[in-house]
Amino acid sequence: MDVEQANKKALQSIQSAQPVLVGIDTAKNVVPGMTDNLLLHAGPPIGWDTMSGPLRGAVLGALLYQGLARDEKQARELAVSGEIQYSPWHEHSGVGPMAGVSSARMPVWIIENKTKGNRTYCTLNEGLGKVLRYGAYSTEVIDRLKWMEETLAPVLSEALKLRGEINLKAMIAQALQMGDEVHNRNRAGTSLLFRELAPCVIETHFPDKDKRKVLEFIHSNDHFFLNLSMPAAKAILQSAEWTEGSSLVTTMARNGTEFGIRVAGLKDRWFTGPAQYIKGLFFPGYSEKDANPDIGDSAITETCGLGGFSMASAPAIVKFVGGTVQDALNFTQKMYEITETESDSFQIPSLDFRGSPTGINIIKVCELGILPQINTGIAHREAGIGQIGAGLVNPPMKCFEDALEAFAEKYF
Amino acid sequence: MAERRPPISGLFDQPIQVINVGVPSFSDDLKRQGVPVRHVDWRPPAGGNKRIQALLRRIKNGEKTS
Repeated sequence: MDVEQANKKALQSIQSAQPVLVGIDTAKNVVPGMTDNLLLHAGPPIGWDTMSGPLRGAVLGALLYQGLARDEKQARELAVSGEIQYSPWHEHSGVGPMAGVSSARMPVWIIENKTKGNRTYCTLNEGLGKVLRYGAYSTEVIDRLKWMEETLAPVLSEALKLRGEINLKAMIAQALQMGDEVHNRNRAGTSLLFRELAPCVIETHFPDKDKRKVLEFIHSNDHFFLNLSMPAAKAILQSAEWTEGSSLVTTMARNGTEFGIRVAGLKDRWFTGPAQYIKGLFFPGYSEKDANPDIGDSAITETCGLGGFSMASAPAIVKFVGGTVQDALNFTQKMYEITETESDSFQIPSLDFRGSPTGINIIKVCELGILPQINTGIAHREAGIGQIGAGLVNPPMKCFEDALEAFAEKYF
Repeated sequence: MAERRPPISGLFDQPIQVINVGVPSFSDDLKRQGVPVRHVDWRPPAGGNKRIQALLRRIKNGEKTS
């Protein structure tokens, strides 16, 4: 097996991908394999017994929102009854931030890679505070999700039809020039999206009060763009799946209990290890003892050379995740050692417009002992409290070592 | 009879410039003493893990085992 050639082929797919926002629809209508009794979640496969607090909370909230349970007690009974199936978003062409729990009724963004035609999906970002993705399931959380389904999604869907498709690769590239790394800093990306959508939202047929609320909702949430940068990154990496003989990583994801990776040349297989605790800055009143282990599909950004891999683009982020501006530069520089090439599209101004580190190679990770650098939010270990900080984390080396062993077994 | 000095002794008769490979604290100690030192960030392949080293060799050599 010529691994170098296989990796070149996978990289060609990654570099040529063109993720474009094409619309919004209900998950059940568009997400492959979605059914009424299926809940999708972040990270590798997991059952109720081993789910962490925030993921359990999000499951309960999704069952209430979906109308499958009347109250918390019934939701808890249903969650363990065997009637509800759980499956990773990644196995359904999508991604979910933090707990990432989605049910059939939820509206999702639809992203299409125009080069290969593959489509990916992600829910719309709920904002900060008490939100489902951190495991909150109180009435205000469910009411917001219903407003998103009944107002936000229809307004944005019509606005998108008026606007036409939006090239997310170009938007992410522009956001990097404006100080985002599109994982934990999405202020520029959200502003760019708002600029594109706002005139078309005004033109929709909806009442002015709904249009105003939709625009205020986007304006008030700097992370609104995260739920587009993630499925865009997923669309790019999915295009390299499953390239026979390639040792490049196409998925890094966490469910709050385990960290899992998938590799282009090892079709459908997860390689997992324990999710790590995040080192970073905590919001006032919280400390490391309150933290849940690493959770969420947002590491798809790092897998695509964004997020922690592009921290040099986002010096302001160190005020949020900790460290110094020099650390941010160093993290990006180090990631070039475990990646195969530099992005043709995503450039880093502070490194003289060098392309972001692209194509994590499990062989290099294992040989050099350098782990991918992820920056991420910290969830409270109990359901419903929400984000308590942000910081830096690495995957467990075990994921890469197990993948290397499987790769050697399959090809050599 | 004149004392015979090993050739390496000459090294210490001149200003020392050091390349430190591996453990950074050796380099840090020298820096604190004002000795010019260049640190090379090196680790043994796979951190010395023999099982992983064997897998890497197998892949790099393209050995097909069956």
